[in-house]
Amino acid sequence: MTSRNKDAQITMDDFLVGIWRENPVFVMLLGMCPVLAVTNSVVNSLAMGLATTFVLLGSSTLVSLLRNFIPKEVRIATYIIIIATFVTVVDYVIQAISLDLYNALGAFIQLIVVNCIILGRAESYASKNSMLKTFINSLGMGLGFCIALLCLGAVRELLGAGSLLGHPIFGPGFEPWVIMILPPGGFFVLGCWLLLFSWFKQSREHKNQHKTTAEVANHAG
Amino acid sequence: MNSSTSSTRLISTLGLVAAFSGFLIVFVFQSTKPRIDENKRIAIENAVFKVVPAGAITQRSYVLTDERLQTHGQGEDIYAAYDKNNQLIGIALSGAAQGYAGIINLLYGYNPRCECITGFKVIKMTETPGLGDKIIKDPAFLSNFQALEAKLNNDKNALNNEIVTVYHGKKTHPWQIDAISGATISSRAVGKAINTSARQVLPQLFSQLPSITQLDGKYDKQE
Repeated sequence: MTSRNKDAQITMDDFLVGIWRENPVFVMLLGMCPVLAVTNSVVNSLAMGLATTFVLLGSSTLVSLLRNFIPKEVRIATYIIIIATFVTVVDYVIQAISLDLYNALGAFIQLIVVNCIILGRAESYASKNSMLKTFINSLGMGLGFCIALLCLGAVRELLGAGSLLGHPIFGPGFEPWVIMILPPGGFFVLGCWLLLFSWFKQSREHKNQHKTTAEVANHAG
Repeated sequence: MNSSTSSTRLISTLGLVAAFSGFLIVFVFQSTKPRIDENKRIAIENAVFKVVPAGAITQRSYVLTDERLQTHGQGEDIYAAYDKNNQLIGIALSGAAQGYAGIINLLYGYNPRCECITGFKVIKMTETPGLGDKIIKDPAFLSNFQALEAKLNNDKNALNNEIVTVYHGKKTHPWQIDAISGATISSRAVGKAINTSARQVLPQLFSQLPSITQLDGKYDKQE
């Protein structure tokens, strides 16, 4: 009874958890392959993020809808079929939108099938929660993934090509740091973001700890 | 958990899910196909106008099958470009070769009047940014392709001189391509892609040229 009650309640937290506290890239460190490979420009990051979000939304909603119907013995196989279907749909849609974009993303569109964020969501969340709740949660996760990709893509395009969304920012005198567009640049920028995040987290924890010890001391006093 | 689900149930679950996904994919494939084909056609068309001399306004595509030009069929794609007087001013042909990081697919322009290559455009490549991808923007390298000689021999069955890429600064003949220093492998791949295609296609194309030198609609009506 209590579990059903809990299930019915949809809070803002279901949505926000994917963006901040359990951000798939910066906190859970999932899906590193597309994160490092296609974030060499803002457009590529955005397209990859949106494609992944679409697949995540579609597949986890469907998995959640079928969660009482899928026998547990074949659940992983079923999830993979569902995910692969949505990936194929995205693949055709991107080809229809722009061939240049399709060529830039290369094999990484097809590789969304094995993106662990999506399979992870299906297994650990969608198979246990109601459809609406799953939808909200997946939307948050997808947006979190998009934001993370954009964080990397913006820095890499700015430094590696001196532009944002293809518009030159620094003018002709700027010598691009080509390394930022190449794979090592991806690792470097990701490392910097992770450093920033863990520094932020640590300083906040430190502050909280200070506060509690101060409170304890006050009480004792 | 020793109560296992019956095999029929497992099979029917997978079967139903697979059937649903098949249906969805076919639906999306059908509805996006016209757009995708249109995108591909526009991409090729733009590339053709880039590689043939300026002034081309119309183009026709042919297929070279068994040494004959046809409007449909399997074989080498030939794109003929015509100026405003409906005269043939250039032909675009496709070529491919292994570059540094993968296959380089390109389209190159051939001018039958001067028997020379008039430009090329990369359709697809995965060369290293900043190094190998200079082949599409390095001005000195691209100037090789203003009039790269591709003359046929007297018997018209082979190239007089193979098109080759030479080391940077070693170009001495009009059929040689001066490589980009630091991107020799990618430069060589461009030369190889053009040479492989030109060596095979140009002799076959030579006898067919009179049938396409003028755009009079006659050829189109045959189909």
